[in-house]
Amino acid sequence: MPSIKQNPAGQPLPDFRNFGVMLRILLGVNLLAFAAALIQSAGILDCVQRYVDMAAWVQPLLLFNLSLLALLSKLLKRLPWWWAQTLVVLLAALSSALLLDFWRFMVIDDGGWQRILRAALLGGLVAGAMLFYFALRARAFSPALSEARLQALTARIRPHFLFNSLNAVLSLIRAEPRRAETALEELADLFRALMRDHRDLLPLADEIALCRQYLNLEKLRLGERLNIEWEIADVPADLKIPPLMLQPLLENAVYHGIEPSGEAGTVRIRFARSGDELHIDLANPCSPREGAQGGNHMALGNIRERLALYYDLEARLETKEVVLDNGLREYRVHIVLPCRSEVL
Amino acid sequence: MTTLSVMIVDDEAPARTRLRDLLADVSAEVPNVVAGEAVNGLLALAAMETGAVDVMLVDIRMPKMDGIELARHLAQIEKPPAIIFVTAYDGYAVEAFELNAIDYLVKPVRAQRLAAALLKVRLNRPALASPVLAKIQQGARTHLSCHERGRLLLIPVPEIIYLKADLKYVTARTASREYLLDESLTHLEEEFSERFIRLHRSALVAKEAITGFEKNAAEDAETQWQAMLRGVPERLPVSRRQWPLVKSYAKQLSG
Repeated sequence: MPSIKQNPAGQPLPDFRNFGVMLRILLGVNLLAFAAALIQSAGILDCVQRYVDMAAWVQPLLLFNLSLLALLSKLLKRLPWWWAQTLVVLLAALSSALLLDFWRFMVIDDGGWQRILRAALLGGLVAGAMLFYFALRARAFSPALSEARLQALTARIRPHFLFNSLNAVLSLIRAEPRRAETALEELADLFRALMRDHRDLLPLADEIALCRQYLNLEKLRLGERLNIEWEIADVPADLKIPPLMLQPLLENAVYHGIEPSGEAGTVRIRFARSGDELHIDLANPCSPREGAQGGNHMALGNIRERLALYYDLEARLETKEVVLDNGLREYRVHIVLPCRSEVL
Repeated sequence: MTTLSVMIVDDEAPARTRLRDLLADVSAEVPNVVAGEAVNGLLALAAMETGAVDVMLVDIRMPKMDGIELARHLAQIEKPPAIIFVTAYDGYAVEAFELNAIDYLVKPVRAQRLAAALLKVRLNRPALASPVLAKIQQGARTHLSCHERGRLLLIPVPEIIYLKADLKYVTARTASREYLLDESLTHLEEEFSERFIRLHRSALVAKEAITGFEKNAAEDAETQWQAMLRGVPERLPVSRRQWPLVKSYAKQLSG
């Protein structure tokens, strides 16, 4: 699922321009240096002396690498993350080797290829360790992130629909108070469903009921222009699916397929089960005015991403535009969900 | 106080009913009569022919012809009716209305607001400026319009074979006749870039009307390509500057 991979929260490479990240690197590397000093030394005073000696190495390298990474961070973000990680490690190794060579030039160190290689390895290892730490840290936070993401992804209803529906109900109050009552009740149910906690899976039957209520409200506004065909065969009503999976798609179908068209149109919804898979098909006419790109693909992208978060690779969502025999175009959405009811 | 005649233009029946009810409610304050209803811009323009309308209450999102396009066509006629847009939720349009002091109401409309808007109409009635509306409109128009002998003629864009600039005017050619438009070729090119392609400095042609190209063996050495068009006998020259672009498009067609 590429849309998940693009998600920056899942990328283990830290943002090197972030102050917190810089601070963590400074502290982390110094801690490693102190540990190294502790290993080499015999006593605590000796250790402090060694650490101070080492600082002459560590601090310039650290500052140089940090500022370089901050400068390069935009470029690193654009690279695939394993490339970026390799680059960071190489950078640290190379700068260590260069510093050693510079010290040799200043006659502080006697140089030699063995010492250069040792410096490069040390630099690279420390950089690798820091990157590993950041990757672990990102992973530790990711469940919270994906949960927040699920909440944010659950599609919101279009304000356009809310205000138009309220307007339609208002127009009914004088002439047909009973119908107005029903419509308001349906609107209330719809919003109750929208404001629910969206993390839990819900029975398919609930989602279908919600869709029917939604379509009733649309029918109130659009009247004869909106026809709906349901086809539900052999579907386990208690199958749990992610909430608000179908309603946003139906909303799209009405908004892009029915509303812009002067003629009446039909939205078709079909559920079918084949083996361990539940197939859901939605179809709506394409209006001639809105081209293939006319739709907003936000809802589709959202649902695709949610499917990936819930089912990983076991669910699919495909869309296509078909030219019918009579020359009209139709937009179709096909969803496949795993359907293994526990009862079987 | 004279009675205002009001036309309601909205594609949703309940929305029209609601406006009708509200107009009746405020009739004591602002005498008004509903002169007609229409379900889209196109039918509203047709209904305009039959009688004078002082005010139009116009929904923005409608099939066939939306509210903004309707207002643009109306801006061409003499003494156009005042337009009050009525919208459920079009953040973009509402922002533009605010900026340009265009009257609008939000759905659900309140009687008080409607009365206030109608009273404002009585005071001053400047025609909406077309360039402002052009900026608000999202997407291309469905029709072009021309004003001819006191009548507003609508030309469906799919029927236009080519658009040609002559001195001050732009002419639109359909299979049956030519129309004089008060538009600029540059703006038309931008608006309908999907449909039309530029052949030379002063001509845009519908891509799907091109049937082929022919070399014009003129007597002087300058040979020039000409486009043959479906439905009209005349051929349009292709300038040397545009030829590479037009040619690549033609290749795309045949390939």
